[in-house]
Amino acid sequence: MGVSATQSLPRLAAAGAIVLFALLPAAGLPAFYDSFLYLVFFWISLATSWALLSGFAGYFSLGHAAFFGVGTYTTATLTTQLGMNFLPTVPIAAAMAALLGVGIGAVVFRMKRLRGELFALLTLAVTFVVATIILNTPIDGGAGVFMSAVPLPHILPTATGTIYMLGFIMCVLTLGIAWSVVHSRLGMGLFAIHDDEDVAEAKGVPTFRYKLAAFGLSAGIAGAVGGIHAMYVGFLTVAGTFELSVPLYVVLMSVLGGARHWLGPAVGATFITALLYAFISGGEAMVGRAIVGLILIVAILWLPEGVLPAIKQWLKRRRRLARPETRAAVVPVVPPAAQPIKDRSLLEVRGVTKRFGGLQALDGVDLDVRASEILGLVGPNGSGKTTLINAISGFYPLTSGSIRIDGVEIGQTPAHEIARRGVARTYQIPRPFANMSVLDNVSLCATFGGPARSRAEIRDEAMHWIVFTGLDGKEEALPAGLNLHERKFLELARALAARPKLLLLDEVLSGLNPAEIDNAIRLVRAIRAQGATIVFVEHLMRAVVELSDRVAVLNEGKLFALGAPREVMRDPRVVSIYLGKAYAA
Amino acid sequence: MPSATLLGQALISGVLAGGMYGLLGLGLSLSWGLLRLVNLSHFALAFLAAYLTYELGTNYHVAPWWSAAMVVPAMFAIGLLQHWLFDKFRVNELASLLITFSFAIILEVAIQLYWTADYRRFETHYSTLSIKAGPFYIPVLELVLCTVAGVLAWGTWLWLRRTYVGKALRAAAEDADIAAAYGVDHKKLAYLLSGLGAAYAGVAGTFIALIATLAPAQIWTWLGVVFAVVIIGRLGNPLGALFAGFLIGASESLAMAVFSPAWAPVVSFSVLIAILLWNPEWA
Repeated sequence: MGVSATQSLPRLAAAGAIVLFALLPAAGLPAFYDSFLYLVFFWISLATSWALLSGFAGYFSLGHAAFFGVGTYTTATLTTQLGMNFLPTVPIAAAMAALLGVGIGAVVFRMKRLRGELFALLTLAVTFVVATIILNTPIDGGAGVFMSAVPLPHILPTATGTIYMLGFIMCVLTLGIAWSVVHSRLGMGLFAIHDDEDVAEAKGVPTFRYKLAAFGLSAGIAGAVGGIHAMYVGFLTVAGTFELSVPLYVVLMSVLGGARHWLGPAVGATFITALLYAFISGGEAMVGRAIVGLILIVAILWLPEGVLPAIKQWLKRRRRLARPETRAAVVPVVPPAAQPIKDRSLLEVRGVTKRFGGLQALDGVDLDVRASEILGLVGPNGSGKTTLINAISGFYPLTSGSIRIDGVEIGQTPAHEIARRGVARTYQIPRPFANMSVLDNVSLCATFGGPARSRAEIRDEAMHWIVFTGLDGKEEALPAGLNLHERKFLELARALAARPKLLLLDEVLSGLNPAEIDNAIRLVRAIRAQGATIVFVEHLMRAVVELSDRVAVLNEGKLFALGAPREVMRDPRVVSIYLGKAYAA
Repeated sequence: MPSATLLGQALISGVLAGGMYGLLGLGLSLSWGLLRLVNLSHFALAFLAAYLTYELGTNYHVAPWWSAAMVVPAMFAIGLLQHWLFDKFRVNELASLLITFSFAIILEVAIQLYWTADYRRFETHYSTLSIKAGPFYIPVLELVLCTVAGVLAWGTWLWLRRTYVGKALRAAAEDADIAAAYGVDHKKLAYLLSGLGAAYAGVAGTFIALIATLAPAQIWTWLGVVFAVVIIGRLGNPLGALFAGFLIGASESLAMAVFSPAWAPVVSFSVLIAILLWNPEWA
């Protein structure tokens, strides 16, 4: 019974709340309640829409007033100047705001390494620009806009009731959107972007598109909320619409409630709105503002994750205390017979050059890797091994040359496309998504890297690789709770869950002790036995000789030697680049 | 098109007004560029200093330079206090932005509770003094402001370039851990720099009291422009902030003369967005 009861209880509660609030105007409460509850809905919608981009993906915007304001003035202009009906202007307001958001995103998200605080200030700057334009054009003209002549639709008999209902519908819609984003690929991708954008892209998340989608959605909801709010306010001014308190409160509410949870901003919004209302009705609006500021400071310093996640974590810890943790022993992996190496080349690297300013990191590298082969990539420090891995996985665009996978050119393809074509990689220093459990880390890579599958299949697949790499029992742990050895194996599990055709391993063995190395070598063999082609960068010669079918030596960005492991490693020229000429006997 | 005299006058007053942007930007640029802390309360501190100067001047008849001698060290102390908070909680850039935003709001409320929301003006006999140069008028106070801003910016620049402390600070901004491994006491320097940034806000506040009409909400009027100035002048570069201030001040003033005063706010952000589009690595 347990599963179905715990799953259906929140659903029942949500349905109950919706029915209750929908029927509330029929109870004939004084108009005061209508307008207070409208304000709660208003802030829930705004704060939740802010969190869609800023909380989920981690790009803090201080420009939410711009999108809200564009929506407000779209509705105002369409109704008062063009005589449109109110209701159809709301989706137009949403569209205009979304357009602005996507437009800004298309510019700023192209910047490499857009720093968070810069994004925050740029969005703030946009608010000033939009406000100035509206102030100086006939949209407002500085005189303000009266909305009183615009007829409200007859949803409910009273005007306050109708506005209440509009705000309520908007609020339910917004929360519904937030919930479905969290439980979709988009949400998963956004959370990954929040933790480590480069890795998200390498694992197959189309980061640019996802950020744009989140920005458009966030701005669009704010625009629709603004359109409705125009009717509530009645008289619009630029100063009142593009107020700094909009971004301040929205950030505060989300951060307080928990910006990474779909319901967090709603919790914060309800609390803060009630607090502000208490101060305003007590005639102490200014003091209320100061107290809100104080709460924000305290919240950021002591509860950086927000109230809701803190409660969730506390509940989880209690549940874990009740259920003793099962720690499975590491299962040794027995390598089945290796697959024969095929004649067909899976990876073709031709004349690949990569320059960083004056530094020639790769200088015309040619390399073929045959299907089902294990190729060891060695060379002294700075010889270009990791750069080549980065180039193949699409992290760096090539300066010149071409790279083909299965005959398809990928030299200029974005990293997430390459990941979808079956290339997976690990990082020398593990880069797990810090706020996701081990299971979520692996599931994300299965979702975005591998073939399309159902949620249950992805979970099974992820669990399979977690067991395969000996991480079972740790699937609910956060990466911070793993030791280096386990984190290296998590890197492997993430790469494997994408079911790669080509697996690029960047020093998976460094930092491991001899027993762990033996285990890792067995793992790599087992991976190959399942049909993957492997290129691995390694300094540990024992592993290179044991594992590789062929070894490629890079030196100063050029392919220096290529051949069977033992012969290459005995080649005096190779010895001399490693140890200096004196040893090259 | 306005006459040449009018444009010339607009250019002069624009550059002089830009001196204020530069002066306000100075402290902001230092803490953002070298400490990776974005201090939005910088503006509130400047206004607190301005209100204190006003209070001392109108009620106790203290000359502004004497009140500056008291206010500026007090601001230095507030800067130290703020940094203690950031240091204790290991605050990152984004959190510093939100915390100082809230801090600014609290200061704004405090100012409004004490001095009310009414406009306040510190009247001095030299506030309208100006030099006549050919057909142009040059207001003396603004000229003094620009000179002080220039001296501070240049002095800070030399300090960062030439002295050990300056080099250590720049090294710590690039990589605090590595700098610490080479013996740079980053923490102490960070306190010094935070205090200095707040002290510069105090200097700016003295001039705000003399030049502008004070109201609590005015705290936010320069926020956008000065941030644009700081980014255009490149973070952590005091001379850059000053020259960007002059540039933005002049362009705003010309835009006001040619188009309409209400269009001025668009200028700085258009310049900023254009620069970032041209070179995304600028900031």
